[in-house]
Amino acid sequence: MSWTLFLQHLANGIALGFVFGLVAIGYTLVYGVVKLVNFAHGDIFMMACFFVYYGITLFSFPWWLSFVFAVFLTALLGISIEKVAYKPLRDAPRISSLCSAIGMSFLLENFATVVFGGRQKAFYQPQVLNKTLNIGEIRIQLVTIVTIVVSIAALLFLNYLVYKTKMGLAMRALSHDFDTARLMGINVDRTITFTFAVGSSLAAISAIFWALRYPQIWPFMGVFPGWRAFTAAIIGGVGSIKGAMTGGFLIGMISIMLVAFLPDLAGYRDAFIFMMLVFVLLFRPTGLFGEA
Amino acid sequence: MYRKKSFWFTVFFVVIFFLFIQYAQTHFDAYIIRIMNVAAIYVILGVSLNLINGFTGQFSLGHAGFMAIGAYASALLYMSPELKVMNFFIKPLIWPLNQIQIPFFPALLIGGLLAACAGFLVGAPCMRVKGDYLAIVTYGFSEIIRVLFNNLQSITNGPLGLKGLPTYTNLWWSWGWAIFTIFFIKRLIDSSYGRALKAIRDNEEAAEAMGVNLFRHKTLAFVVGAFFAGIAGGLLGSLVMTIDPNAFNIMLTFQIVLIVLLGGLGSITGTVISGVLIAFLMEWLRIVETPMKIFGFTIPGISGMRMLIFSVILMIAVLFFRHGILGDREFSWESIFSIFKKRDSMEGE
Repeated sequence: MSWTLFLQHLANGIALGFVFGLVAIGYTLVYGVVKLVNFAHGDIFMMACFFVYYGITLFSFPWWLSFVFAVFLTALLGISIEKVAYKPLRDAPRISSLCSAIGMSFLLENFATVVFGGRQKAFYQPQVLNKTLNIGEIRIQLVTIVTIVVSIAALLFLNYLVYKTKMGLAMRALSHDFDTARLMGINVDRTITFTFAVGSSLAAISAIFWALRYPQIWPFMGVFPGWRAFTAAIIGGVGSIKGAMTGGFLIGMISIMLVAFLPDLAGYRDAFIFMMLVFVLLFRPTGLFGEA
Repeated sequence: MYRKKSFWFTVFFVVIFFLFIQYAQTHFDAYIIRIMNVAAIYVILGVSLNLINGFTGQFSLGHAGFMAIGAYASALLYMSPELKVMNFFIKPLIWPLNQIQIPFFPALLIGGLLAACAGFLVGAPCMRVKGDYLAIVTYGFSEIIRVLFNNLQSITNGPLGLKGLPTYTNLWWSWGWAIFTIFFIKRLIDSSYGRALKAIRDNEEAAEAMGVNLFRHKTLAFVVGAFFAGIAGGLLGSLVMTIDPNAFNIMLTFQIVLIVLLGGLGSITGTVISGVLIAFLMEWLRIVETPMKIFGFTIPGISGMRMLIFSVILMIAVLFFRHGILGDREFSWESIFSIFKKRDSMEGE
């Protein structure tokens, strides 16, 4: 195994880590604020890819406009899922909202199968992003670099949003104590809507980069990235953005490095990831960065 | 007196039911028999998941994994050595398994017991992991099982699965196990163990303070639930004659969760009703996937429509009928008697 090959895999691992990290942040934000595992998040991820696909094929938008359009629509989708499926159950026992989330995921997948068709579709690959750069002896696709740059930009923006704005303050307050936050005059419904919008648009951004990397989209494509990202969120500690990113990196690296260096064990990749999850939960139930 | 009376009523109805099964097995057409078999398997799955999710309050998503263990373990035991050679053409089956062939019933039992061991392994971390996290851990477990079975080529034949299994499952096997499951879990729920399980569901700290051994009771629920899931897996494998490792995915678990939800968390009667209902409903819904002619318009069959309707039903059930068909009420002979008694006394007046 040469050094350059390792660096090449490292770059891929970092890019994939960012993708998982952004999806994981979507889980973490929602869990932090409403204490709900949004099982449908992976399917929101899938819907974003289809929005891009139809933006290009149906409305013949240029690809960049179609990306923006998809992020927008996905945010709307996230908000409406919250309104329809989670809001009515906010005061119900936890198990009901958990079931509602599972049902929503099931519904989105089957909806996509009926409306978009179950066959795999090719995701549009813009020519600009398909270039390969040679840095020394390392060959990196431009997509990888763009993924990393855009993800960092999104993270910086998120950081500003959560720690510097009033809305972010409201989100953090809600995550500590729902009732007290309400008493302090925080508009609970609006804050939750906002949280879902942010989480879903992050999912859309990462979905686009995922699809640029693996350009096939189908109704069940969100299941595995979704679950891996959720695993990342738990490993990092649910409710912590830093944790979600760390977990995302860990899982992105494992996904890439295991296939690259131990190809015999590649089939067991998901088993490794879930095993790691179980061990983290057993020995540090709050995750690496979670608060007790 | 009622106790004795209802005991004999129960015995009477079980006998009647088995006479009906005997009649059905010999007279009904194969399609209906098939659906009835599936219904029995759904009942076993639903009731066993209800023990974990409904009565003990531990949200488990691991049922597909337990089923896979039961299905594979029993199939590898009851398949004939020649059939195994035919199936394992890429990599031969490892030594002791390729020689063994045992009858269906002990094979099922061993499958169930292995699933129960897995249930213990999954149930044990219950002490540290709760609520949503437990759902994730159990889901992770069932995914690990699926991934393992996809990759252990020399034991499970990998993604090729097992094909051409002998059909042992008939109405006697399936409904026999279903009735046994119902009675076993009903007895368990009514025993002191059952009261402890419900106490854990209602308030874990309080239960522990009253001296309920949390670890023992939670793992008990998982072990019993997993055992019956394994049995159901074995029955299903022999019924559909093939085992595909990827069939035991999260969709299957969701389907069982739906059965439990529709029937009512914590109601065995409700689960039985909804299990049978869903088995038949899923078949009737096939109509929407075939082309239809309505008022001269031909509507092409849309594949996947069945599952969409199914998931819409699930969402409606979750959002508007949160307690399912029966909530946590149970069928009992006493309630039937009391209806008659009321009527008698009213007539008397």
